[in-house]
Amino acid sequence: MSANQVALWYLVASICFVLALKGLSHPSTARRGNMLGIAGMAIAVLVTLALVYSHTKNVAMILGGIAVGGIIGAVTAKRVQMTQMPELVAAFHSLVGMAAVLIAIAAIHDPAAFGLPVPIPSGNKLELFIGTFIGAITFSGSVIAFGKLSGRIKSAPVVFPGQHLLNLALGIAMIAFGIWFFLSSDDAKWFPYIVMTVIAFVLGFLIIIPIGGADMPVVISMLNSYSGWAAAGIGFSLNNPMLIIAGSLVGSSGAILSYIMCKAMNRSFFSVILGGFGAEPGSVAAGAEQKQVKSGSPDDVAFMLSNADSVIIVPGYGLAVARAQHAVKEMAQKLRAKGIEVRYAIHPVAGRMPGHMNVLLAEAEVPYDQVFEMEDINSDFGNTDVVLILGANDVVNPLAEVKGSPIYGMPILEAHKARTVVVNKRSMAAGYAGLDNPLFYMDKTMMVFGDAKKVVEDIVKAIE
Amino acid sequence: MAGGVDPIVFYLIIFVLAIFVGYHVVWSVTPALHTPLMSVTNAISAIILVGAMLAAGPAVFDWGGWVGVAAVVMASINAFGGFLVTQRMLEMFKKKEPKATPAEKK
Repeated sequence: MSANQVALWYLVASICFVLALKGLSHPSTARRGNMLGIAGMAIAVLVTLALVYSHTKNVAMILGGIAVGGIIGAVTAKRVQMTQMPELVAAFHSLVGMAAVLIAIAAIHDPAAFGLPVPIPSGNKLELFIGTFIGAITFSGSVIAFGKLSGRIKSAPVVFPGQHLLNLALGIAMIAFGIWFFLSSDDAKWFPYIVMTVIAFVLGFLIIIPIGGADMPVVISMLNSYSGWAAAGIGFSLNNPMLIIAGSLVGSSGAILSYIMCKAMNRSFFSVILGGFGAEPGSVAAGAEQKQVKSGSPDDVAFMLSNADSVIIVPGYGLAVARAQHAVKEMAQKLRAKGIEVRYAIHPVAGRMPGHMNVLLAEAEVPYDQVFEMEDINSDFGNTDVVLILGANDVVNPLAEVKGSPIYGMPILEAHKARTVVVNKRSMAAGYAGLDNPLFYMDKTMMVFGDAKKVVEDIVKAIE
Repeated sequence: MAGGVDPIVFYLIIFVLAIFVGYHVVWSVTPALHTPLMSVTNAISAIILVGAMLAAGPAVFDWGGWVGVAAVVMASINAFGGFLVTQRMLEMFKKKEPKATPAEKK
């Protein structure tokens, strides 16, 4: 297969990938999009297989590797629970990062296998350096993110004095060794390369440990972006346009998601990276005890809901933790059967990754046309009889509209504008932001304490 | 012009244009599908498999080849796992008949 043919097939695969992303603009076209993505990947793999076969005939190991990896991947994809999606994605990011590093090592060892001149030109070495360090940071960063998301590592931020200075020093050292590698002769290339790679692994670890659990949606988007840039970096060093195109698509997608998540949490990207948020739960919440809350029973809620004309449900991550999605859907169905309008309002950071809550509701078979994004439903809260808030806190905190409060400016769901508000929480504990929530003390608010699943199931029973 | 231009410049052009395409396409993705977007981009980044395959099929198969095979395994986990889990999620977003029976989820 000639290089031109290969490049043209890569173009076809790239177009498939673009269309795959385009398909996600609506749920009805999304599955076709994903199929196109699979087609693109299949084309790229088959063409590369033909290329390797025409050069060296050594494809047995490749096919074996794909079979092993494919089986592991397929089984994982089948078994994973939807609440575990953030962990899964983090684990997958780490694989891309590690693969990038391994490819770079193989390329330095045997440039001829990649059709590169021997000894490897310094331009490609520079690109290998970039691809390696992004890959290494993606790997160790994703491993930490995976640990934090799956609860294997404490999700609280790890902060120590001189942290930023240490990171800066390591960053400079990494670049210095990278430049040394770039300038090194072919015999002396390994030492600076290995030192540089080890520093990059350590750096990835250090960058993620200070970031708290609340900021995980940003971290995971950011690592998504890095994994794309790592692929693009390797693409440059191997002179492979396929990797450059696909890597850039992924890189820009992750960057946009990071931006959207930061905006939804009213945090600047740099303050997330520098870490520490979600660190001091309850520090501001002190002094809340004196205020009175009105608490009620599931029966009261059932009565209020049954007499309403319109209801908006605000699900938070607490709902997913309690696995109450199915109960909520059942409740909504019963209310709808009585002719009550029931809708769901989703805040962008309602889950632990972008769009997580939508997936969890879809899994419970809530039709997506009953689920609304914040911008689309916020103006309707004023005309709504009952808002039912399940396991959400900061995203409905009206303090965000008060100048001088720590979360001032954060976009919120305007639940406090509804005629009545029902809040289900396990306790009066503050949310991630560590802030008290004035919504809970409003006259029109009723608190129902208890596990979300239990409470919603009781409401369902009481609605009969 | 092609004669005098270094290939790296062409790659740079491809890179920048691809970022533009990605930027515009991704903004059109509905927020409800951001998790599938992330898992599908994750699967697409498994395109690094192409590089891994070159590393795993050298003329002389030595330790570098094994490193390549390890990379092939990792990238394939990602490619298969990423696309399949995306498919699984998107199946859930299927439009359902209003009278559909509540699923028998365990």
